[in-house]
Amino acid sequence: MLTTTLGLFNYWIVIVLMMLGLYAVIASRNLIKKIIGLNIFQTSVFIFYISMAKLEGGTAPILAEGIPHYANPLPHVLILTAIVVSVATTALGLALILRIREAYDSVEEDEIQRLDE
Amino acid sequence: MIKEHLPVLQVIIPLIAAPVCMLAYRPKLAWLIATAVSWTAFIIASILLITVRETGTLSYALGGWAAPWGIEYRVDTISAFVLLIVAGISAVTILFARKSVEREIEPDRIYLFYTAWVLCLTGLLGIAITGDVFNLFVFLEISSLSTYALIAFGSDRRALIAAYRYLVMGTIGATFIVIGIGFLYAMTGTLNMLDLAERLPSVSNTRTIAVAFAFMTVGISLKVALFPLHAWLPNAYTYAPSAVSALLAGTASKVGVYILLRFLFTVFGGGFAFDTMVLNGILLVLALLAILSGPLIAVFQTNLKRMLAYSSVAQIGYTVLGVSLASITGLTASIVHLFNHALIKTVLFMALGAVFYRIGSVSITEINGLGRRMPWTMAAFVAGGLSLIGVPMTAGFISKWYLISASLEKGLWPVVVVIIIASLLAVVYVWRVVEAAYFQPAAEKSSTGVTDTVIKGREEAPLGMLIPIWALVAANIYFGLDASLTTGVARQAAETLLGGLSLTVWGG
Repeated sequence: MLTTTLGLFNYWIVIVLMMLGLYAVIASRNLIKKIIGLNIFQTSVFIFYISMAKLEGGTAPILAEGIPHYANPLPHVLILTAIVVSVATTALGLALILRIREAYDSVEEDEIQRLDE
Repeated sequence: MIKEHLPVLQVIIPLIAAPVCMLAYRPKLAWLIATAVSWTAFIIASILLITVRETGTLSYALGGWAAPWGIEYRVDTISAFVLLIVAGISAVTILFARKSVEREIEPDRIYLFYTAWVLCLTGLLGIAITGDVFNLFVFLEISSLSTYALIAFGSDRRALIAAYRYLVMGTIGATFIVIGIGFLYAMTGTLNMLDLAERLPSVSNTRTIAVAFAFMTVGISLKVALFPLHAWLPNAYTYAPSAVSALLAGTASKVGVYILLRFLFTVFGGGFAFDTMVLNGILLVLALLAILSGPLIAVFQTNLKRMLAYSSVAQIGYTVLGVSLASITGLTASIVHLFNHALIKTVLFMALGAVFYRIGSVSITEINGLGRRMPWTMAAFVAGGLSLIGVPMTAGFISKWYLISASLEKGLWPVVVVIIIASLLAVVYVWRVVEAAYFQPAAEKSSTGVTDTVIKGREEAPLGMLIPIWALVAANIYFGLDASLTTGVARQAAETLLGGLSLTVWGG
């Protein structure tokens, strides 16, 4: 029990972050807070991939004498791409929020909804 | 020589053209580049489809790295068919876009619009051609991000909110797909679709794979806008610029269904998806709910674009219904409907775009008497509407025919009843437009303040819009009369999807 809890602690962090992020996206009514939630949600997935690549006792993936075990480099590369995507999404989301603020003079979802009725 | 590089050129050409489009700056030049790219993509897709039908699946190792290690581009019948749909719809709507965009978007932002358009095309083509699951995610995000930007170009401020909502929903969907891919990779150590398909059966009874499957199905359903995850779609289609609505309705949802087909049948295998996970029952119920709820809401809409958007929700239901039947006929129906619905919805959205171009509104209260003012445009809308309903001799009839025969094959006659009821509801909402346009007297003065004398005369949309609209109307009628090409390709695609996996059909 203790080993599963402690030994897999990074996966527990992934789960906690994922739920926190999703909750923030769903529950907050402020558009910027939603984007922050989305970011936390995506970050949990990055940690998930990186944890997956880690090998106990393994080193950095450099081919050299005397290094029999090393971490899998592929998930790192995949996550580099995913981080770029995430940054682009955040940038686009924030740009949209800027224009929403120009158009509505508010970034609160309730107020925007009221203004459109 | 160049022919063997066609699979990569299909994606690379639009990808490189996107920054060129941005550097071009001048609206006309940007449009010319986007048009040239769309038509080139269309020609390449046609050649690919012909080649695949003659010689079988094409495989292209990107950068010369062999398949399971490097990224593989794989063109089989269904990929080639989806490529053709995407490139074809883009090629037609881009012609329509020139005038429409001039009216709806500020001149100094038009070049950015076409840049986003070409990027969106790149992403959609990339999804259809790639044989690597992570590459698919990257292309999915390229197409999604450019789609959010395209929607935000809409002239109504609500377009911004629609784009924002779609961004949030779309990102959650895409991230779910990445989580699923992560689990698959953890269990199999591969990202290549065929390699995954080979390695998955030995681990498919683990909880990890079940969780991966659940994440991916939900993520893809969000992207497809399958009921009840369709909440982003109506506003996005309603407030996007007319040309974008036409493009998205014809391509984006089709590619979404393609991803669903790819993962269910090629990666996981129909046997796992439908026998072990029993997804067909869930998909069947959701599809039927979509088919019924879409037109029920559409009937009450005053904004015609929103009406078509809800109709799209139903059409996605029809496509998923065919998938859920998991038979050759069912899949054929789905794939044929991908093609036919692309033709139908693009015509309808383009016709509304032409209406918006002239009268500055797509509200049902504003189109009274429009049948006399814009006879060609409204005739095209009616032709598209008939095809949407599924009247014989139109493309829509072929889809419904196959769907109904696939349902009867499985003895699911209540499904047939639902399809017929939904078609009757489609008659209702199409008829509302016909009645307003042809049987109501023209308004005294339109909202744009055009004087009475002009209204009595004809005020047709410019030829640049009418030609693409009528080209697709002709296609609707042609593929309704002679469906041998579309159904032939669709059946071949369905057989590859189902037949490649020996455990599939019998279990269902």
